[in-house]
Amino acid sequence: MAQTATEMFETKKVKVLPLVQKLASEKTTAMQVQNLTAGYGGSPILKNVNLDVPEGEITILVGPNGCGKSTLLKTMARILTPSEGTVTLKGQNVHQLPTRHVAQQMALLAQGPIAPEGLKVRELVAQGRFPHQSLLKQWTKADRDAVDWAMEITNIAQFAERPIDALSGGQRQRCWIAMSLAQETDLVLLDEPTTFLDLKVQVDVMNLLTKTAKQAGKTMVIVLHELNIAAAYADYLVMMRGGEIVADGPVNEIFTRDNLRSVFGLNARVIFDAEAGRPLCMPNLNT
Amino acid sequence: MNIKNIGELGRFSGMAVVIALFFALHISIGAKAIPLADVFTALIARDDTIFDHIVVWDLRMPRAVIAIVVGAALAVSGALMQGITRNPLADPGLLGLLAGASFAVVVAFGIWGSAIVPIMPLVAAGGALAATGLVLWIATAAPGGARPLTLILAGAAISAFLGAVIAAVQLLDQENFDQLRVWLTGTISGHRMSYMGWCLPWLAVGFVAAFAMARQITSLAMGDDVAVGLGVNVVQVKIVSLIAVVTLTASAVTLSGPLGFIGLVIPHVVRLFVGTDYRFMVPYSALVGAAYLLFVDIIARVALAPVEISTGLVTSLLGAPFFVWLVRAKL
Repeated sequence: MAQTATEMFETKKVKVLPLVQKLASEKTTAMQVQNLTAGYGGSPILKNVNLDVPEGEITILVGPNGCGKSTLLKTMARILTPSEGTVTLKGQNVHQLPTRHVAQQMALLAQGPIAPEGLKVRELVAQGRFPHQSLLKQWTKADRDAVDWAMEITNIAQFAERPIDALSGGQRQRCWIAMSLAQETDLVLLDEPTTFLDLKVQVDVMNLLTKTAKQAGKTMVIVLHELNIAAAYADYLVMMRGGEIVADGPVNEIFTRDNLRSVFGLNARVIFDAEAGRPLCMPNLNT
Repeated sequence: MNIKNIGELGRFSGMAVVIALFFALHISIGAKAIPLADVFTALIARDDTIFDHIVVWDLRMPRAVIAIVVGAALAVSGALMQGITRNPLADPGLLGLLAGASFAVVVAFGIWGSAIVPIMPLVAAGGALAATGLVLWIATAAPGGARPLTLILAGAAISAFLGAVIAAVQLLDQENFDQLRVWLTGTISGHRMSYMGWCLPWLAVGFVAAFAMARQITSLAMGDDVAVGLGVNVVQVKIVSLIAVVTLTASAVTLSGPLGFIGLVIPHVVRLFVGTDYRFMVPYSALVGAAYLLFVDIIARVALAPVEISTGLVTSLLGAPFFVWLVRAKL
C-alpha cells in the first residue's frame, strides 16, 4: 500500500504490460454487453452499446459528464434494466438470473454508499457475505476467512471494531472496497471509487485495486473521472460520448491525442512515459 | 457456543425477565392492589373460588397481554419503516398509518356496526395502506421529493384531516360513536381480548415477515444500489416489509386504538444497545416495545389514581419530547 505509483510500475508493470497487450486478442471475455439501450424513464441514455470486458484485466470507462459511463456500469450491475440488448456473465443474462446468484459472481461498489450510523467496520465488511448466506446457513468459517482476508488486503484490520462514521474518506472507501472483495467474486464493478478523494488517496485506492486484481485474479470494471489516473491504471480503456462507445482497446492504443480531442473536446498532448510504459496527457497551454 | 453467544443469550434473557417483571407488576397494580405473591399463585395455580384469581385471569391479564402484543407490534413496525426508508423519523403515527387505520375502522363501524369486528384488522390494514400511499404521493410531489421532513409534514396533514373527519362523523352519530370515543384516544383494555383471535393470523404474518426480512434490511440501509450489488431483491424486500408494517399496525390499532410514538422511540433506544444489524434490531424492538408499553400502561393507571389516564395520552406525553430531541439531533 505504501508504494507510490512509480515504484509500483518500476517493479512489476513494465514487464507485465506488453505481454498482457500481446495476449489481449486471445483473452476470454468476463462479461459481454450486446446492443444495450438503457436509461431513466422514457429517453434512453445508452444507445446500442457493445462491449467485451476482457477477463483478468482492469477495464476503465471514461468520458465527459453525462456520456453514459455510469449508466452503462449500472446497467451491467443490473441496477438499471435495459430496454433493449443484453448483459451476459458466463453466458447467462444478468437481468434474468436470480439476483443473489449474480451477486455470487459479480460485486458492485456503488457511487456514494451510505454507512448506517454506528455500523462497525467488521460488520460492514461482513455484509459482503450476504449472497453466500441464507436464513438457515448463517455464518460459516468460509465467511469469516473471507472477511478477514478482505480487511487484511485493504489494510483496515486495525479499524475492525471502529464505527465507519469515525473514519476518514480514504479509509471509508477502503472499507467499502473490502466489502465488495469479501463477496469473493471474479468480477467487481466500481462506480467512481476515487471521487472526492485527494490525489494521494486516489493513487492509494487505485494501487490497492490493481494489486488485488492481479493477486486474486479478478476482473474489474471501473468508472473514472480523472484521465491521467485512468491512463495510469487501465489495461483496457473505454471512451464514451453521447451514450455511445467511441473507442475501446488497450490503453496505449486508445489514449491518443485524436481521441482526447474528439471524445472530450480536449486540446492536449499525449506523452508516453517510458518508465511506466504508459501514456499521460498534458493540456496545451494558451491555445 | 462461544462467549459472544453466551453474552447475547444473557442480554436476551435479561430482557425477557424485565418483561416478566413488568407483566406481574402490571397485573398486581389496580383499583384493588393484589400482592405479587398472589399474582404468581394465581398464574401458576388458578383457583376460581378465590376472587383475586378471577380478577387476575379475566380482567388484568388480558390487558397485560394486549400491552405486550401491541407494544411489540408497533415497535417492530417503526423499526422496519426506519430501516427501509432510511428515515430516522419514520413511525406508524407520524406517517399517518395510525390515523388511516383508525379512520377506516370508524367509517366501517359507522356503516356496518359490530358486524365488522371479525374483519376489523383487514379494514384497519386497508386504511393504513391507503394513508401510506397518500402520504408518499404528497411527499413525492413536494419540492425536493420524499425527504424525512416532507414525509412527516404529509403525515401530519393526513392525520389532522382524517382526525377532523372522524370528529365530524362523531358529532353526527353520537350514540354509535360513544363506544369508539375512548378507543380513539388509544386505550388498552382487557375487554378487547375478544378481538385477539381475529388479530392473531395477521400478527403472525406481520412478525414472520418482519423476522424474515431483517437480514436484507441491514443491507438496504446502505442504499438501494449497494443492496442490489449484494444480491438483495430490493422490490421484494420492500413489498414484504410493507405488508409486515401494515398488518402489525392494523392489528395494534384494532386491539388498542392509535398509540403514538412507540414505533418512533423504541427502535432508537434499541439501536443504542444492539447497533444497526436488523437481525438484532427486530427481535429486540419487539421485546423492548412490549416492556415499554407494559410500563406506560402501569403509569396510565397509577399516575392520577383512582382516575385512569388514557394510555395513548401517556405514550404521546413521553414520546413527543423525544421526537423534538430527535429532530434537533438527527436532521
